[in-house]
Amino acid sequence: MLTVEGLRSRYGRIEVLHGLDLEVSSGEIVTVVGANGAGKTTLLKCLSGTQPVSDGTIVFRGESFASVPAHKRLKRGLAQSPEGRQIFTNLTVEENLRLGAFLFTDERVDRDMADAFAMFPILKEKRNLAAGGLSGGQQQMLAIARALMGRPHCLLLDEPSMGLAPLLVAQIFDVVKSLKERDVTVLLVEQNAYGALKIADRGYVMETGRITMTGAAPDLIADPRIREAYLGL
Amino acid sequence: MDALLQFLFSGLTVGAVYALVALGFTIIYNASDVVNFAQGEFVMLGGMITVFAFEAGLPLPLAALLAILVTSAIGVALNKLAIEPARGAPVVSLIIITIGASIVIRGATQLVFDKQLHRFPSFSGDDPIHVLGATILPQSLWVIGGALAVFVGLWIFFTRTLTGKAVLATANNRVAAQLVGINTGWVMTLSFGLSAAIGAFAGVLVTPITLVGYDVGVALALKGFAAAMLGGMGNPKGALLGGLLLGCFEALTAGYLSSQYKEAVAFIVILGVLFVMPQGLFGSKSTERV
Repeated sequence: MLTVEGLRSRYGRIEVLHGLDLEVSSGEIVTVVGANGAGKTTLLKCLSGTQPVSDGTIVFRGESFASVPAHKRLKRGLAQSPEGRQIFTNLTVEENLRLGAFLFTDERVDRDMADAFAMFPILKEKRNLAAGGLSGGQQQMLAIARALMGRPHCLLLDEPSMGLAPLLVAQIFDVVKSLKERDVTVLLVEQNAYGALKIADRGYVMETGRITMTGAAPDLIADPRIREAYLGL
Repeated sequence: MDALLQFLFSGLTVGAVYALVALGFTIIYNASDVVNFAQGEFVMLGGMITVFAFEAGLPLPLAALLAILVTSAIGVALNKLAIEPARGAPVVSLIIITIGASIVIRGATQLVFDKQLHRFPSFSGDDPIHVLGATILPQSLWVIGGALAVFVGLWIFFTRTLTGKAVLATANNRVAAQLVGINTGWVMTLSFGLSAAIGAFAGVLVTPITLVGYDVGVALALKGFAAAMLGGMGNPKGALLGGLLLGCFEALTAGYLSSQYKEAVAFIVILGVLFVMPQGLFGSKSTERV
C-alpha cells in the first residue's frame, strides 16, 4: 500500500531524515517507535505532504506522491491525524467532523458521522460546542474521528497517546486496533513504544533520522535491546 | 424629533456603506487573519470603473457588472501577486503589503482615469421620499438594501455552506485544512475575489450619493475598519451592526455637535473598542485548551 525508499528531508540546512526505507502493506497496523526528536513526526509530515521531501520516493497505492500536493493526498486515500491534534478550535465538534468529509457530499457522510459518534459517544454529547474547549483526550478523539471521515485507505497517526491519562491511552489504542475491521491500514508513530507495539503487526525503530531495527511487533517487544532502550524493562 | 429622524436616515445610509466595507474585511480576515486595507480601494474602483464604462456608452447595469467583475479580478491579482508570494510571513507584514497595494491602486487609478470627482445617475431618480417629516433619497434605500442583502448572503455562506466552513477552517488551521482536502490556495483566491466584488458593489451603490474620485478609498477603509472593530472582526453580524452604528454616531455628532467633529468619531470608536472590549460586540473570545 505504502512504499518509502531513501526518504530524506531537511529543515533549512539541517537534515533530519537521512534516507529512510519503510513499507506498509494493506490491512496492517505498522508502528514507528523512537525517542523524541528521532524524526518520526517529520516522516509523517513528508507522507502527508506538509513537509518538503529533499530526496527519495513515496509510492502510495502504485502512484508516486512526488508531485501530489498535500490537499490532494486525502482524495488518494491517505489521511493524517497530526501531532498536537490540530483540530479547528473555533468551529464546533460537528463542523470539524463535517469538514473531515470535505471531499464528499453524499449521504454516506451522515452515516460516517453517526459511526464517529458511536465510536466516541462523548463527541456526540459535545457536538455543538467549540472544539477548542474540549479536553486533550476529547480533542485526540476528534482528530482521529475527523481523519476517518475522509474515508481513508491508510491512516497516519501521530502520537495519539501524547499527554493523555493512562485510561484514555488504552481507549485510544483500542480504537486504533479496531480500525483493522474497517479495512483501514494504520501507520502509527509513538513514543509509547510498549503500547504501540502491543497493538501493531510490525514495527520500525527509528533513531536520529534512520531506521535502526525492524521486525514483527512481538519479536521487537521480546528483543533485549528494545526492552532496555524503549520499554524500560 | 424630525431632525433626529433625518440624522438617523443619513447615518444609516453612510453606515450601510461602512457596513459593506466591513463585510469585505470579514471574508479575507476569516480566511487569513489579514485585515485588507486595500478594501477601500475596491469600493473606489467599483465607482470609478462604472463611471467610465457608463460614459463610454454602456448601459448602467452593464457598466456596474463590468466594474464588479474587473475589481474582483484585481482582488484576485492582489492575492496572487502580492499576498501569495509572501505566504508564511507574519500577519503584520501581510497587512502592510495591503497598505502598499492600496497606494499602488490609487496611483494607477489616477493615471488610467483622472483626478476629478464623478457621479452617475441614481437608480430610481432623485425625488426624496417623505417619512414622518424627514426625507430619504431612493438611492439611500438601495444602499441600505444592498448592505442587508450582502449580509444575509455572507451569513448563509459562513454558517450554512461547506465552502464557507472551509474558509473558516483555513483561517483557523491552514495545515489541518489541507489535511482534510481543502485547497487553501483556492480559498484565498476565492476570498479576495469575493471581498473585492463586495467592495465594488458598495462603490456602485454609493457613487450617486457621495461621488467618487481616485482618493475616496482611504477614508472608507478606515471607517470600515472602525466598524468591523466595533462589531467584532470576522463576524458578518458585527460588521453590519458596527457599520450602521458608526454611521449613526457620525450623523448624530455632525447634527448635534458640529460636522467638524464628525471625522473624529471613527477614531474615538477604535480607541474605545480597544480599551474597553477588544473583541468587539460580537467577536468571539478565543478560548483554547492545550
